[in-house]
Amino acid sequence: MSDLVIHLRDLSRAYVMGAETVQALRGVTLEIRRNEYVAIMGPSGSGKSTLMNLIGCLDTPTGGEYWLNGQEVSRMADDALARVRNREIGFVFQTFNLLPRATARQNVELPLVYGGISARQRRQRAEAALQRVGLGDRMDHRPNELSGGQRQRVAIARALVNNPAILLADEPTGNLDSATSEEIMRVFATLHAQGQTVIMVTHEADIAAHAARIVVLRDGRIASDLPNRSGAAA
Amino acid sequence: MQIKDAVGEALETIRTQKLKSFFSLIGVLIGVTFLIAVVSIVQGMNVYMEDKFANKLVGLNTFQLRRVPNFNMGNISEETWREWMRRPRINYAEANYLQAKMATPAIYSRYCSENLPVSWNGKTAKGVDIWTADAPIFQIKNLDLDGGRVFTPQEARLGEAVAVVGWDLSDKLFKGADPLGKNIAIEGIPYRVVGKVAKQGSLFGISLDKFVIVPFDAPVHRVACNLGFMDELHIKTADVASMQVALGEVEELMRIQRRLKPGQENNFAMQTAEGALEGWKKISAILFTALPGLVAISLVVGGIVIMNIMLMAVAERTREIGIRKALGAKRRDILAQFIVESATLSTVGAAIGILAGIGLAFVVRATTPLPAAIAPWSVGLGVFLGVAVGMTAGVYPATRAAKLDPIEALRQE
Repeated sequence: MSDLVIHLRDLSRAYVMGAETVQALRGVTLEIRRNEYVAIMGPSGSGKSTLMNLIGCLDTPTGGEYWLNGQEVSRMADDALARVRNREIGFVFQTFNLLPRATARQNVELPLVYGGISARQRRQRAEAALQRVGLGDRMDHRPNELSGGQRQRVAIARALVNNPAILLADEPTGNLDSATSEEIMRVFATLHAQGQTVIMVTHEADIAAHAARIVVLRDGRIASDLPNRSGAAA
Repeated sequence: MQIKDAVGEALETIRTQKLKSFFSLIGVLIGVTFLIAVVSIVQGMNVYMEDKFANKLVGLNTFQLRRVPNFNMGNISEETWREWMRRPRINYAEANYLQAKMATPAIYSRYCSENLPVSWNGKTAKGVDIWTADAPIFQIKNLDLDGGRVFTPQEARLGEAVAVVGWDLSDKLFKGADPLGKNIAIEGIPYRVVGKVAKQGSLFGISLDKFVIVPFDAPVHRVACNLGFMDELHIKTADVASMQVALGEVEELMRIQRRLKPGQENNFAMQTAEGALEGWKKISAILFTALPGLVAISLVVGGIVIMNIMLMAVAERTREIGIRKALGAKRRDILAQFIVESATLSTVGAAIGILAGIGLAFVVRATTPLPAAIAPWSVGLGVFLGVAVGMTAGVYPATRAAKLDPIEALRQE
């Protein structure tokens, strides 16, 4: 199936803590297709952070398989995973995670630096990405000169600059007020409408409501996986 | 990750944290400063010693036959000293024999010197070197006249009381007036000044122009020399090659005259410019042996300081490392970033050290008689050491940074 972007088969992750082994994820099977807009929900301790780290290739599973865009990433080594993160995944974090001393443009250029793109192309693509999120006039500002919403939009531009297979957002509105949260959700909706696959991890029901499909985790397993009619049309 | 970005990052760190950066660089800075300053001074001394000391004081293509060597920088044992004092002086017969038998063309001058006061018109200059010598001494010592003439053969043969004065002496006694034709008094005997030698300059702040040259047999000879003997026989040949030949000839002829058996030590000395430099060469060799040790100590200390600063930087920027890893930085990208950053820091320290070293060398040159010449290789070595120390010091912190787990790193506040 060519439009299958993410395919998790019986994925599990255990942590060894001293004498105890903690099962954070106990066999998750999940398929996400191109241009889906999925929210992953669950109370704290449900394993949603672990799942996000696995999907984001920041962590490797202790069991099961993870296929991303046709490649099995669950058996990849460090450097190969770094390459996958660079090409296939665009991260948006709760705390924005911008480099404080770099300008908006330099922050957006960062994934391209690790992708080995030439300086001229980097600049062009970074500027295009910033324009896409409506920050064409803020390119030379540093994060501390930007509002929370603007910072998150810089982070989104950075996530998009490499044309990733998935946009992976971890509580993207957790540090924002409700008006700004809505603004960011509109950006996500626009990107989704343009064909971007979006996966969002959140514990806020009203934020998850923007997604077209809601996956709920509980105790390391999928408790429910339902389409969301009120969300953006797929 | 491109090197340029990492260098920029390091320079940015230095710019925003000037004081901390300065302290972190001080070890490398001092090491390189020391390297440049010492090498500059030693190099300067080398040039100076070869140019001024050897060529002016002793002379090119020139050597002196003496009773004992006259430039000794090493320690001389009591025993050696006694042996020297037992040696016969060089006498006229020996000098004449040499001049008659030498195959290599050369010019000769007998020579004695004594330190005596010289007076004129009620004024006295103390501690003037009085040289009693033959007329070729001017040619042998490359003394150009600034006025007047050298001795005539007749004046030399008769030992007349005529004198050629050095520039400083002339200046001091005559206060700018023309010394020619004036009568100066040495040991109560008047000497007519017939010539004046052009300015020679100074060596280690000691004037080379405070002398009077009189004919070898002039009256002061009785004070300066033992009758029938000379302090030195100066010999000058056409070039360095013929000087080497002449040295051999003189040695052989002297051994014949003094009836030395094979295996017996020479009881005379031949002083060349090369020989005069030997003492200095010993000192500069010691300096160059000690220098790497001293520089190495400060560089090791400097390297440890930089390593600590980099470990702190890695700890402070753990989150940044997490972000970079999340965005696709590989281990070697992070490794390279911190090594380049460390090398840049250290190289900046080395660069400041080079400037400080050059500055120090110039200060030494300006405030002491010691000369200084910047050796380009020492500057190159300074830069190289800066880069090398920085890279070495950066390896451990950079490895720690590269090994960080991205999830853990991102969690860091």
